[in-house]
Amino acid sequence: MGEESLITEEMRASIGKVFQIAVNVVERGMLKRYVEAIGDTNPLWQDEEYARKTEYGGIIAPPSLVATIYMRGGSMRNSMPFEMPLKRGVDSGAEWEFYKPIRVGDVIVTLRKWTNFYEKKGRLGPMIFYIGELSFINQRGELVAIERDTHATY
Amino acid sequence: MASKLFYEDVEINMEVPPLTKETSTRLSVLWAGASGDYDPTHYDVEYAKSRALPHSIINGRLIVAFIMEMMTDWIGSRGWINKLQCELRGMHIVGENLICRGKVVGKYIKDGQQLVECEIWTEDPQGERKARGTAVVSLPCRS
Repeated sequence: MGEESLITEEMRASIGKVFQIAVNVVERGMLKRYVEAIGDTNPLWQDEEYARKTEYGGIIAPPSLVATIYMRGGSMRNSMPFEMPLKRGVDSGAEWEFYKPIRVGDVIVTLRKWTNFYEKKGRLGPMIFYIGELSFINQRGELVAIERDTHATY
Repeated sequence: MASKLFYEDVEINMEVPPLTKETSTRLSVLWAGASGDYDPTHYDVEYAKSRALPHSIINGRLIVAFIMEMMTDWIGSRGWINKLQCELRGMHIVGENLICRGKVVGKYIKDGQQLVECEIWTEDPQGERKARGTAVVSLPCRS
């Protein structure tokens, strides 16, 4: 990358460091609002009587809940404890792995880690790609899900 | 949702029952409130146009939520999404239907789990593919 690199020392120093970016209590009302907003009528997220008869023994959250901005610690800026050289961003997708259900009453801590940054010349000029990982951990210390994300800035 | 999907019932090239979602500015606003993401790109047409977009566009995370809904509808309460990867490529315009689709591309047993691998994607009303990716789900056995 040489001396023209936009990636700062401060950014490089943050690679591999794990830091907490959110704590969320999963409330019944929040869950209800969420599934009603997306129009997901699966009774596993809403119907206590139905959910009690499943192997979960109660309501669980839909997997997509971890993809919301609440669970991801607010705006991307909160994930970046450094000055961002380029300010405009675009969400280019992600990969999730799910390990445990999230239940009503769970307290989920979100941890952020950056694994790599790289630069590219794009259609709109220079771009920086942020490659990272989010871990979602419940109050019992269990890893419930991870997200590997790529955030492009230009 | 009451339907139970078993590993034995799944065949390669089988289609995941598609999920069609109507979209609207109202949906984008509901999503903003429920997800905490108030980026006006998703509900303010004027603002979206000032950002060189043709129209307000559906939040990428909402697209992901719809794809996951299609998968959890299909696999039922005894199935589990182990892994889901999604690349957000094209834009879905607010007001246009968004169709989630999937197709089985593999099935195998690994570490005692019955796994099914699917290709997943979304389409606009013209059938153009937008978001795309893969999912691995685990399913119960009949026996």
